[in-house]
Amino acid sequence: MSGGPFTAFLEAGVRTATPLAYAALGELVVERAGVINIGLEGAIIGGAFGALVFAGAGGVSLGFAGAALAGILVAALFALFVVTLRTDQIITGTAMSMLGLGLTGTLYRTMYGSAGASLHTPTIAPAPVPGLSAIPVIGPALFDQPVVTYALYALVPALAWWFYRSVAGLALRAVGEHPEAARGAGISPDRVQWAALLFGGAMGGIGGGTLVLAQVGTFAEGMSAGRGFIAIAIVVLGRWTPFGVAGAALLFGAASALQTLAQTTGWAISYQLPLAFPYVLTLVLLASARARTAAPAALGQRSA
Amino acid sequence: MTFLVRLARSQAGASVAATLLALAAVTLVVIAGGYDIGHAATALWNGSVGSPYSFFTGTLLRATPLIIVGLAVAVAFQAGVLNIGAEGQLLAGAATAVAAGLSMAAWPGWISVPVELVAGMAAGAAWAGIAAVLKRRFGVLEVISTLMLNFIALFGVSYLVRGPLQEPTHIYPQTASLAASARLPVIIPGQRLHLGFVTAVVLAIVAWWFIRSTAGGFRIRVVGAGAAAAASAGRVNVDRVVFGAFLASGALAGLGGAVQVTGVTYALFEGISPGYGYTAIAVALLARLNPLAVIVAGIFFGGLEAGGAGMQRDAGVPSGFVSVIEALVVLGVLAVDRARILAGERGQPTTGEQAA
Repeated sequence: MSGGPFTAFLEAGVRTATPLAYAALGELVVERAGVINIGLEGAIIGGAFGALVFAGAGGVSLGFAGAALAGILVAALFALFVVTLRTDQIITGTAMSMLGLGLTGTLYRTMYGSAGASLHTPTIAPAPVPGLSAIPVIGPALFDQPVVTYALYALVPALAWWFYRSVAGLALRAVGEHPEAARGAGISPDRVQWAALLFGGAMGGIGGGTLVLAQVGTFAEGMSAGRGFIAIAIVVLGRWTPFGVAGAALLFGAASALQTLAQTTGWAISYQLPLAFPYVLTLVLLASARARTAAPAALGQRSA
Repeated sequence: MTFLVRLARSQAGASVAATLLALAAVTLVVIAGGYDIGHAATALWNGSVGSPYSFFTGTLLRATPLIIVGLAVAVAFQAGVLNIGAEGQLLAGAATAVAAGLSMAAWPGWISVPVELVAGMAAGAAWAGIAAVLKRRFGVLEVISTLMLNFIALFGVSYLVRGPLQEPTHIYPQTASLAASARLPVIIPGQRLHLGFVTAVVLAIVAWWFIRSTAGGFRIRVVGAGAAAAASAGRVNVDRVVFGAFLASGALAGLGGAVQVTGVTYALFEGISPGYGYTAIAVALLARLNPLAVIVAGIFFGGLEAGGAGMQRDAGVPSGFVSVIEALVVLGVLAVDRARILAGERGQPTTGEQAA
């Protein structure tokens, strides 16, 4: 990697933002359908573990498929409780995080031995885009990344189009704003929320898979490290829109990359300050009226 | 099966039934994982209640923060406040208690220890207060704000133990240890169980009495049962009750952190809480938000964690297993509850039992 510490910082920022963006875009769809999935952490760590198992068996592509599948399984259990049984979303979500973290840790040790072995999965290498990756400063950050990052460049506008221009997107948003009115219009809120949660689970799983298959190259217990909760913050900071979420994910990614920059360049500054900054910003933004009106009206409320 | 069904009809019974279901599921998983179930069960028993040491220094010592923080969650949830920020409030309390204790090394314990605990409570209440103000003034969902504040508290602790509060040699990311006088006294010779456990039990009894028998407790329950109904009755200031319960919850969580640093770790470092604030949600739920039952649920979870450590040590069962049990207990309670409500709707629509 050439181009000095700032270029490296940008590159690290985009790399760190990629799994966050996947998880947060999934959570965005879920929250637009009126559900808040605090258990997203469980889907991410599930996806990371699924990636380890499947990539070991059949390479990177199968690894990503396994990651999505594992995320879907975790989300399906959450949907069964929250949508079908109408249990409390927050308590159920907390349990799903505990379940995902505990179960993957247990399975990992059971399947691969208590030593944890130095298991290495195949990883997906950066694929520089000819020409674009040579742009000074931002080129390497945006166009010398693995293909999973590039997929986001298409996914974000596609999701924005789907939200605001498709009938299904309208139905989803209607359920999140006013489920009873949606039902009156012939939409089944249960089915919409199930579908949204399964999609969110797949995206969370892919986010976890990205950690393993594009970054670390192995699995570690608890490696999701709170990314599920960060993704929820990102959705708020992005004001519940696809482009906003993408931008917010970049901000959170940059904040963590600053930590690396501070350590490699030997800065004496305390890196906790920039790390905490996006969370403080999210809190401040929440207090503004504009953010509150951006939130889906029925968010987290459908449990009666 | 009929026994289970009958048991599930009662409040406490639902928790017991859910726990039995979870333990049954877990037994299956242990067997499927190829572990020796007898060996694992023995290790669980030995690690949690098998000897005075494992009971007092294992189970009850681990139960102490779970009971106090479990009370914090129960008080908030009783008032309908979804405070999932107990973790951050605990950290704020722990950091402040240590800061107070380090500056009072020369003081006698009967002054410094209470000051530490009160400082911890105040810090926890203040940390929760941020979310409480955001909720009251701006209508911010406390679920999201308390989650943000958990992260900020963690970064705050990380900063303190590398900056202003770092131990004098500046090598380790932790504070200096509290002076012997500034620690909570041990209550049983030869064990590590400290006065914090007694405090936890007394607090639970006080909270139970308060919620059950005082006007303030009645207001909390009314507001928790349905804020709109309480407001329309006109006698209850919903905002004020919610605000008060939020601060009380934060104070309890902060106390949990203060008790942990003054009774167990004697210093502040980043990993001071292995997620007590989240486990406490499971404890409170298993206790049906009843403060007295929080004691029982806290000891049960404390025993699971102590026994889980024993299972890993002696039978090779991964300790992540305990999280699985805890999660299944929560899901079990939710499912059994739901089944009761559905059965009530179907069976006796007018005299159906009230949900907690």
